[in-house]
Amino acid sequence: MEILTQVHEKNLVAWAKDRPEVVVFSGDLTGSTEIALFKQHYPDRFFSLGMAEQNMMSFAGGMARDGFTPFVHTFAVFMYRRALDQIEMSIAYPNLRVRMFGFLPGITTPGGVSHQAINDIGVLRTLPNMTILETGDATDVESVLDVTQAVEGPVYVRMVRKDIPRLFPAAERMQLGKARILSRGSDIALVTAGICTEEALRATTLLAAKGVSISHIHVTTHKPFGDPAVAQQLACARRAVITMENHTTIGGLGSEVAEMMAENGIGTPLVRLGLRDTYAHGASREYLMREYGLDAISLVHAVEQALDERLEIDEHELAKVRLSEFSGQMQLEAL
Amino acid sequence: MSSSTGTASWTDEAARVAHGIRCRALELTLEKNGCYLSQALSSADILAVLYTRVLNIGPSRAPLTPPPFGGVPRPGLHHLGADYNGPRAPHYDRLLLSAAHYAVAVYAALVETGRMAPEALSEFNADGSSVEMIGAEHSPGMELTTGSFGQALSQAGGVALARRLKGESGKVWVFMSDGECEEGQTWEAVQALAHHGLDNVGVYIDVNGQQVDGLTRDVMNIEPLADRFAAFGAAVVTADGHDIEALESAARSGHTGRPLVILCYTNSAQGVELLEERKPNLHFVRFRNQDEINRYRGYLREMQRWRY
Repeated sequence: MEILTQVHEKNLVAWAKDRPEVVVFSGDLTGSTEIALFKQHYPDRFFSLGMAEQNMMSFAGGMARDGFTPFVHTFAVFMYRRALDQIEMSIAYPNLRVRMFGFLPGITTPGGVSHQAINDIGVLRTLPNMTILETGDATDVESVLDVTQAVEGPVYVRMVRKDIPRLFPAAERMQLGKARILSRGSDIALVTAGICTEEALRATTLLAAKGVSISHIHVTTHKPFGDPAVAQQLACARRAVITMENHTTIGGLGSEVAEMMAENGIGTPLVRLGLRDTYAHGASREYLMREYGLDAISLVHAVEQALDERLEIDEHELAKVRLSEFSGQMQLEAL
Repeated sequence: MSSSTGTASWTDEAARVAHGIRCRALELTLEKNGCYLSQALSSADILAVLYTRVLNIGPSRAPLTPPPFGGVPRPGLHHLGADYNGPRAPHYDRLLLSAAHYAVAVYAALVETGRMAPEALSEFNADGSSVEMIGAEHSPGMELTTGSFGQALSQAGGVALARRLKGESGKVWVFMSDGECEEGQTWEAVQALAHHGLDNVGVYIDVNGQQVDGLTRDVMNIEPLADRFAAFGAAVVTADGHDIEALESAARSGHTGRPLVILCYTNSAQGVELLEERKPNLHFVRFRNQDEINRYRGYLREMQRWRY
């Protein structure tokens, strides 16, 4: 599996070249949110707003009213927590073209509770007019700006940064409102997003080898959440639907899937893996994924429980799994 | 519109508008049994000077009678609020109302300057009307949605930055209340306006010293405002908020490289001295018995007799 670095940083510079309406706002986190290169290339379109997020969000709304498209960059927590009313009244209500790039999703940072955006999707999903996207690999990050372009109102993008894997071929770009179906199966429908998709892929290869038939779906649009292909996969699962998210299990992907199942009359048991109504603490990503049950072995256990059988997969085997690109054209047909 | 026939005539016109705002606000308070009356009384002269002299704006583009509420913002729906302040053009000013609770004062100012029909005021706070009690951007005279305080100055900063990038000469005027100086965002905004040298922003603040719970100095002291704004990088002018000429000349103060803040010290019972008896609880005035209603009705009749 290919690992890429500073994907957003480079992509943004290329993408914004002939888009003079795009301006970038920094909340004193220029290096940490991968906009240093933008600042270097387009100093006239880069604005430092300092550590004052309420002002920054309203400022962005004002600028969007006059024809610019502000790309606001900071850690996610400082946007949706510190400045929620500003996002609602200055951006979401007037339905303005502001793009919010929220970094450090969930437990991806050792910065602890103050820096971990564990409920951003849940909070922002309740805002009318808000579109919510999440990236999980380099291809997602490379194509997410194009996805935002078609949206007239505000967009929140949950971003991954620094070294990120390429799970999906570069040509298979993210699409608005369309999930990636990585495999099709009939026992389990597994729905993942963000960094959980890579982690889940470590388990699904072995699970398939053990004869478990899995539909694996990677979600990139949290709102609007209504891809009929996803509903169809959920309906096909005979034993269980499992969601796995780097977020609390309340309000995010697990809730989205629960709502979709209820609205479509799908009565299969639903298992939601994620932070179980708890804040986390500062530690490495690997440590926290294990502690909060967001790792591959936790997924294996959830599948075992759903099927009520032991699959004899241990952590050593999972650690040995090498991931390759997951193409829509090369789906595992484990029916 | 500003007059070119000399000082005496424009001040008379501004005074007429201010008096009209006060009459209409008191009339509405009686008619609807409740209104943001004191805000209109303290700000009437400021808004009158803005609309008759300071603002470089074109004629209204909106219907004299506002249409009913047509829905929340969505693609394809054009909100009329800002259209009452004329068309958008590079050389025209913009007026952004920060304290939306002053809606009644703005509506009355629009009526007095011929931008809205007097009958539209009877739609104030009526179900389905866009002439809402605390308006939003569909309400006459409002470009922003600012019922949650302290957000307009930041939005003005974004508008002003955009206008600077586009090379527009028009200014961005903000009308604020002093209570909003308790909000941290106000100071974030001033610091950002100063940092980015946005001298195309001017701010009139109605310092009436009143808020919901009583006097500002008792609820949360905000003074010394002039020193605070200056320390945050603004050019500051202090004016008697009922002195029409002082309010007008303040707008012409030089403030190169810095936003201009005009602190207008006002009385929240100005022009309706009867209301002094209700101080300091004037946030939302509602008359409590027939005797009160009769007394204020009599007062209004006296006011209406006095015309410029």
